[in-house]
This record gives sequence, structure tokens and C-alpha cells, in this order.
Amino acid sequence: MDPLEIARWQFGITTVYHFLLVPLTLGLGPVVAIMQTMYVRTGNERYLRMTKFWGKLYLINFILGVATGIVQEFQFGMAWSEYSRFVGDVFGAPLAMEGLLAFFFESTFLGLWIFGWSKLSPRIHLATLWLAVVGSLLSAFFIIVANSWMQHPVGITYTHGRPVLTNIWAVLTNNTALNAYAHTLTGAFAVGAAFVLGISWYQLWRRRKDGIDTVDASKRVIVGSSPTIAGRDAADHGVWIKSLRIGAVIAIIAFAGVAYTGDAQAKLMFKQQPMKMAAAEAACHTGTGFSVLSFGDVGSTSCSNVVSVIEIPGLLSFLANGNFTTNIKGVDQLVPEYQAKYGTTIPNKSIYGAAAGTKIDYVPIMAVTYWGFRLMILFGALAAFAAAVALWLTRKGTVPASKWLMRLAVFGILAPFAASAAGWIFTEMGRQPFVVAPNPTPGGVDGVFMFTAAAVSPGVSAGEMLFSLIALTLVYLGLLVVEVSLLVKFVRGGVVSAMPELGSKPDDHDDDPSAPHRDDVLSFAY
Amino acid sequence: MDVLPTIWFFAIGVLWIGYLILEGFDLGVGMHLIFSARGDTQRRVMLNTIGPVWDGNEVWLLTAGAATFAAFPFWYASLFSTLYVPLTLALLGLIFRAVAIEYRGKGSSERWTRNWDRAIGWGSVVIAFCVGALLALTTTGLPINANGDRVGGPFVWVNGYAILGGLALVGFCLVHGAAFLALKTDGDIRVRSGRFVTRWAPVALLPLVAWVLIVQYQGGKLITLVPIVGAVVAVVFGWLNARRGREKRAFAGIAIFLGLGALAIFGSVYPIVLPSTISRAYDLTVSNASSGSYTLTVMSFVTAFGLPLVLVYQGWTYWVFRKRISEAHIPATPLIVPAIKK
Repeated sequence: MDPLEIARWQFGITTVYHFLLVPLTLGLGPVVAIMQTMYVRTGNERYLRMTKFWGKLYLINFILGVATGIVQEFQFGMAWSEYSRFVGDVFGAPLAMEGLLAFFFESTFLGLWIFGWSKLSPRIHLATLWLAVVGSLLSAFFIIVANSWMQHPVGITYTHGRPVLTNIWAVLTNNTALNAYAHTLTGAFAVGAAFVLGISWYQLWRRRKDGIDTVDASKRVIVGSSPTIAGRDAADHGVWIKSLRIGAVIAIIAFAGVAYTGDAQAKLMFKQQPMKMAAAEAACHTGTGFSVLSFGDVGSTSCSNVVSVIEIPGLLSFLANGNFTTNIKGVDQLVPEYQAKYGTTIPNKSIYGAAAGTKIDYVPIMAVTYWGFRLMILFGALAAFAAAVALWLTRKGTVPASKWLMRLAVFGILAPFAASAAGWIFTEMGRQPFVVAPNPTPGGVDGVFMFTAAAVSPGVSAGEMLFSLIALTLVYLGLLVVEVSLLVKFVRGGVVSAMPELGSKPDDHDDDPSAPHRDDVLSFAY
Repeated sequence: MDVLPTIWFFAIGVLWIGYLILEGFDLGVGMHLIFSARGDTQRRVMLNTIGPVWDGNEVWLLTAGAATFAAFPFWYASLFSTLYVPLTLALLGLIFRAVAIEYRGKGSSERWTRNWDRAIGWGSVVIAFCVGALLALTTTGLPINANGDRVGGPFVWVNGYAILGGLALVGFCLVHGAAFLALKTDGDIRVRSGRFVTRWAPVALLPLVAWVLIVQYQGGKLITLVPIVGAVVAVVFGWLNARRGREKRAFAGIAIFLGLGALAIFGSVYPIVLPSTISRAYDLTVSNASSGSYTLTVMSFVTAFGLPLVLVYQGWTYWVFRKRISEAHIPATPLIVPAIKK
């Protein structure tokens, strides 16, 4: 087997997996921080319950994101040593900045938040959470900066066959990075919001099913209280309806932001990586039409079999340029341009391994780019629509009793996850055959690009890579099962699972000296 | 002399020393969790001494790695690709350990908790051993060619130095972790951890001493004898104080021992960052492995601003959680029952 293929699969699997966890961390963090802010400002116990419950789920997910993030950083050196050597002068800096300026912040202050409930004053304790959240958002920024440099290298000169950093500010304000950051962040907020929305819906539905909440003739909610089930009191209803509304409102705003930033990013990408966008459209021939449905062999990297079935004239041009008439270059026009600029065959050098001397295929796998792009938009739009419907359906204070609607809301949690994964697969696969794409815009430096085939570690054997690929994939799968089952368990447990004190009857711990809430007992412990 | 690369070589040394001192004790606590603790409450006491800080400590490793990437990309690329197998094992250890610390208390069976405890303990051992082997090998050399790529199979790095480095770090973590537990707990764990330090420090710290001396013998300079003498004084000071039950001084002595020992190692190998065992001509040095001066300047500003800040807020964290923990502090494990009707 070719080490290159294994290394690519490993990077793909570990990155997509890592980025299932991270958007939830990024999206849920600010929600929890907002909830705790409301608690500190109002003293309303409802917000404390919200903070504790959503905070618990946040932490269960957070840790897996941290654990899998280390793999990402080490992988560059382990499996992609040629890449690391080529880009090291530029690419290492944002990673080191992430560690020094963001990740230390995030992990230190999160530790303070988790264990600081009774040790810090309420305001300082709240501040630690905000600092941790800011750390996670900053962390994402530096990572996007690094990735965007691979999409659109800036701030460099070409010296002795390597890019050399000349302007860190240009790298940090790379327009590709700013757009991608806004797009990624709004996408992450959507993920977090849909998560809150779906789970809150389930809880409200559960209260109705258990006969705690009922509705009157005009379908308005009559909030009840269960004498037998711990934590299912009247305040519990408020926790979920408030959470649901917060989730729905954030989701709608976030999806609007996703669409807006996505449009801006696409316009940029038409200029910076025209082939990626042509492949996203399976646009074989130059024109203005947006493909709604294309058939034929979009799975190949060749255009000969692709038949566009439905096409909206002018729309593609509008998406790229804002008018209906400018022609967008198709794959068949771009390929000769790329060949003229970057060569027709991979250079016959040893660092290219098995790929040396082979013909370069400049067209990404169109089945992936075409469908990746469309699934991203489809899932995003579906989730946005669902959030708006959810807000309408719950206007009278609770959810409908329908089990199917509840299931839809819970499974709807997955839609933004799928959209963000599809988006990343699209943009990373669409960059191929380059690992560092050439920068064709003014200011781009000739020679600063790298074929993926040249990036892999020459000294590492296929066997080693296969071992790590299999080990990591199996461990990741196992841990995904563990995480999801823990999330399900704590969701089913309701607020009590995060606040056990709600479950104990008030007369329990007045006389018993061994009961919790004594001053010397930790308010939180592993 | 290359001023900026030299500064960065020692900056990376500082990051590694920070990592080894801080994560050193929390890896050690992880090991004592399965080797020394008696019963679940004791395990929870131990775990909670590092609860608020272990994740922040681990970031030192990430930052050391990323700073090596930024400042010495050729060193990073050669070292990490050559040691593919031990790093994969270290990563698996890091993943399991992190997840285990967070998830151990969230299950509903004793088996669940025990299995995650094993993941914490053995994860800590594997991480310490692999990181120790990596650091030892970067000081004693690896078979790399002119391009910096490994010559030989996946296990060509296995040699006496690798094992010595692995044992050195595991041994150090055990002693340092015990000194930390003696400092941060009360009751039975405090007594037994203190006893562990006095009994085992002379043996467990030997591999680290051997590694320091080997590197000094290989390429040491007169000036690197200074930290070595300092390290010896510190460890004797720490051990004598451990015998008298002065836990703060014992802990400080062991930490300073590691810091000065590592400083001696970094000083001895300088200016070589990764020797090639194939030919001295292929050695990676601070000048041929480093980034350009612009990148190093940028990183210097970032570090000059960022690192003191990190020390301040991490220091504050230790201040907030300065109290000793004993078994009486540990709350009962809450039972999670579904808040729904069956």
C-alpha cells in the first residue's frame, strides 16, 4: 500500500472526527456562559439549573475534543514531515500562537470554572468561564489561519525553494482566513444551538408524556409538578422552554450568518481556487448556469460523462460575481491553464515517492466536491427551517405531544454537524492535488505551492501508518460510542444529573453531619 | 553565533522543563492512582489534587511541540517522523488518560470506574515512558540521513538510551507525584506518599541522573557542570527534607533537580538539536534546523507577552486550589437516574 494514501485517510478521519467535537465546544460554550451571566445578574435559580445542565454536557464533549486535538498537531511532524519542512517557517507560528495565547487560556480557566463553584466569588467564577470560552474562540482562529494559509498562501517570499515568512500580519489577516473563520464560527454556533434546541424539545415532550405538563382548550401550557420524579418541578419547565427559545433564536441568527459568510467565501474562492469551485459545480464547461442536478459520472475526475440535467442560467455567475452574465471558467478551460502554470507531470524526484513522474490530475474528485457542497447547503437550510418552525410550534409554552416531531427535533441535532463535516470535506478535497494551493491572485508568490504527493514523510513505512490509522480509528469509534451514551444518560437524567442536590429531599441533610453541603466537602469533585 | 536560534533553543528547553515539572507530578499522581491508592475514596482524593490543573499542564506539551515546529521545523519533522511508533503510543495514552479522568465518575458500575482508572494509570506510564524516550533520543541521536529522514525500520530507535530515558521519566514522575501528594493531601495518603519519596527517590531518580551524566560525557562543557552540581544539591536537599516531613521543601527540591538536570542536558547537547548516528554531517543543529530570523522574532514577541501571562494565571490557579484534600472532603458519588417514568 502507498503510505501517502494511508496518511491521507488518517488525516481525513482524525480531522473530520475532531471537527465533530469542536463545533459543539465552540457553539455550546457561549450559550453556557450567557446562561451563567443571566444567573449572576438575576439570581434566578432557573438559570443556575440551565448553566449546570448544559455545562455538564459541554464538559463531556469538551474533553474528547481536547484529546483528539493533540493528534492533529503531532500528525504534521509524524506523517507529513516533508510538508512540515516546506511550510515550517510560516505554518508553525500560528500553531505555537494557538498554544501560548489561546489553549493555555482555555484549559486553565476551564479547570478553574469546573472546580471553582464555591471557591471563587460568583463574578470571578463567571469570568473564568468567559475567559475559557474566549480561549476556545481564539484557538479556532489560529487554526483557521493556519489552514487558510494552505488554501491561499500570503505574507511570504520564495527563498531557497521554501516559503519564508515576511509579514505575520498578512497571514493573520488573510482574507481567506477571516471569511473562513466567520463561516466556521457561525456554523459552530448553529451546531450548539441545534443541540440545545433538540434536547430541550425532548425534555418538554417528556414532561407532557409523563403527564406533568398539560394544555388547555386553547393549547396553552398548564405547567405541573411531579411529586414522584426528582427534579421535575414547575421550575424545570422554565429551564427547558427558555433553553429551547435561546437555542432556536441563536440557530436562526447563526444560520443567517452561515449563509451570508458562505456566500462571501464562495465569491473569494472563485478567485483564489477556481478549480475547487468549478468542481463543486461539476461545471465542466465555461458558462453562467448553476447546476441544480447533474448526472453521469460526477464520481470521475473527467468531464466527458457529466450531463447537467437541471441548470439555472445566470445563477452561478451571480453567486461568484453578483451579476448574471460573466462567464465562470469550467473545468475544461481551467485544466490547460493549470498545466501551463504548474506542469503536466509530477517532478521526477524521490520525495514524490510512487507519484513521481505521473500525470497530475488537477480536477478534484467531483462526486465529493459536488455532493459535499450541496449536502452542506441542504443540511444547513433544513436545520435553519426547522429552528424557525420550532419557535412557532412552541409559542404557547410547550411542544406538541407528537412523538414523531420529538424524534425529528432530536435527529435534527445531527443536521448542522453533517453540514459542517460536508463543508470541510468539500474544501479540503477540493484543494487537491495540492496540499498548499498556489495563490493566483495579485500578491501571490510563484513557486509557493506543494503537491500532496510530496508532503508525506519519506522515512515512515506504510505498516506504521496502517497501525496508527487502525488504532486511532478504532479508539475514536469506541470513544464516540462512550461519549454519545454518556450524553444520552445525562440528558435522560435531566437537570438532577448535573445538580444532585435537587434530588435529595430538604429534610435530609439538616441533621446528618455526613451529608453533602458541609463546608469542608468539595462542591465539585471528580 | 546564531543569537535568535540559540535563544529559541533554550526557550524550547524552558517549555519542556515547564512540562516535565508540571505534568511530571500529575502523571505521577495518575500512576499512584493504580499502584498506591487504597480504595475508591483514596483514588478520588488523588485525582482531585490534580483535577483543576492537569489539563492546563498538558498544554505545555502541546506548546513545546508547536514551538519546535515554528522555531525548528527540521528538528520537529525529523524527530516526530522518526519516532512515529512511540509517538502514536503516547497519543493513545494521552487520549485515554484525558477521557478517563473526565469520564471515570460518570458511569454506573464499579467496573466502569476501575477500567477508566487503569486507563489513567497505564496511560500515565505510557506517556511518561514515550516522552522520556523521545527526549533521550533527541540528545543521543537517531539514524537520520541527509534529508533528515529515518534510515531503517519502525523500531530502529529502540536502544539503551531510549529505555533509559523512558525509565528516567517514569521514575521521576513516581517520585515527583508522591511528593506532590504528600504536599496536597492529608491523612493516610499523605503519610504513605511521604514515605514513598524517602524510600524510593534514591532508586527511581537514578536513571535520570545517568542520562544527565551520559550527555555531559558526550558533549558537555565545563559550564554545564554548574547545573549538574546544582541538581545534585537540590535532590539531596529534597530527599533530606522529605525524611523530616517538610513536604514543601521536598517537593521544591525534586522540581529544581529536574529543572537543573534538564538544563544541563540542553546545555550539553547545544548546538546540536538532533545528532545523526549515521554521519556527523547530517546532524541537525540550531542553525541548520531553524526558521528564519523574521519568524523567530515574531515568535519571541509572542512568547515574551504570552508566557509570563501563562505563569501568572496558572500560578493563580494553584493558589486558588492550595488547600489539602482528604477523604473527608470527597462527596458521595451522585447516582444518575433517568428523570422519567418507566
